[in-house]
Amino acid sequence: MTKVSMTVNGEAAEGEVEGRTLLVEFLREELGLTGTHVGCDTSQCGACVVHVDGKDVKACTIFALEAEGAEVRTIEGMANPDGSLNVIQQAFQDHHGLQCGFCTPGMVMSAAALLAENPKPSEHEIRDYLEGNICRCTGYHNIVKAIMAASGQDVSRIAAE
Amino acid sequence: MYAFDFVRPKSLNEAVEALQPEEAMALGGGQTLIPTLKQRLASPSKLVSLKGVEEIRGICRDDQGRVCIGGGTTHAEVAAGVPEYPALAALAANIGDPAVRNRGTIGGSLANNDPSACYPAAALASGATIVTNTREIAADDYFEGMFMTALEEGEIITEVRFPVPQAANYQKFEQPASRFALVGVFVAKFEDGVRVAVTGASEEGVFRWTEAEEALSSNFSPDAVQGLSVPAEGMIGDLHGSPEYRAHLVGVMTRRAVAAAG
Repeated sequence: MTKVSMTVNGEAAEGEVEGRTLLVEFLREELGLTGTHVGCDTSQCGACVVHVDGKDVKACTIFALEAEGAEVRTIEGMANPDGSLNVIQQAFQDHHGLQCGFCTPGMVMSAAALLAENPKPSEHEIRDYLEGNICRCTGYHNIVKAIMAASGQDVSRIAAE
Repeated sequence: MYAFDFVRPKSLNEAVEALQPEEAMALGGGQTLIPTLKQRLASPSKLVSLKGVEEIRGICRDDQGRVCIGGGTTHAEVAAGVPEYPALAALAANIGDPAVRNRGTIGGSLANNDPSACYPAAALASGATIVTNTREIAADDYFEGMFMTALEEGEIITEVRFPVPQAANYQKFEQPASRFALVGVFVAKFEDGVRVAVTGASEEGVFRWTEAEEALSSNFSPDAVQGLSVPAEGMIGDLHGSPEYRAHLVGVMTRRAVAAAG
């Protein structure tokens, strides 16, 4: 076992892990941050997307030890300081961007990474960026709409359902 | 996955040293290796993470005008960092998905030499040089078949040097589920001729389509390769496409790449 330490959602976190311990396992099982989901465990579905040093990565395809010293952000760190939903989360609620909600943490983290890089993405750019995030409920339209709305753009011309 | 020791060297020398034991493996971005470990298709005794080796990251230009990309440079960094070689930037920007591009590295991709990977086509069509901790290898001598390369055990790709063509384009026909190349063709036009490299199609991995190269070197237009075709024999056949289908796509994607390269 090796000691690992990183900053998770602004707070120092440390623990003992094996070489093979994945970041998502450390987050969920050691830190109890179960908001990051494991959908496929084969880096296809994107339910486990978190930010490592500001970059969106699949937490099932990075070892905990690779995040040594990193700034990690998970869905638990996305709400506003007063506990209310942040603008992306609120937009997902307002525009019915989720049904079962399983993929939503990854969708929100990917959306946040996209908007940090491209504050006013087109519908095409949003769909392109979400290539690695799979949703089996919504058909994506309302997710795209929510991200457009979160970026302050008019969503009246996007297909509703 | 099976247990292994995990080491994080801070320099190339430390990494080379750590890779000495026969069952040690280098870990680049892990976007292929970690899924492979999960499936127990690889079981190294020791994994040597190259993430902390700063000297093999980054992009620069050498005095011959080549774009030199450190082996540990991510796809996202290449996509944003080679404006003078737009076809290479576009290829990097379309590998996997954004989260994969933030981890996966060019050195990792070339060392793995997946028969459907994009980078081997760029390296071969560009006539790139693969630089390791011990030597320089011309792309023409580097690729030795599906998942096979000229790399020795424990050898690390430190840099890849790409001559910048006058015109180039990469066309990928994506396998719709995985987004890997069902067939990908990279066409690069240099002053002294055209190079065409095909990925995804052959059971031997990436290859140069020399017949098309000759035709395009005298007439760089889609018409020049209109009547040419590669034999279906030796092409990959699987549930996504027959050998005949892939052979057909090689011609189609080559013409599209030439048209797009202008």
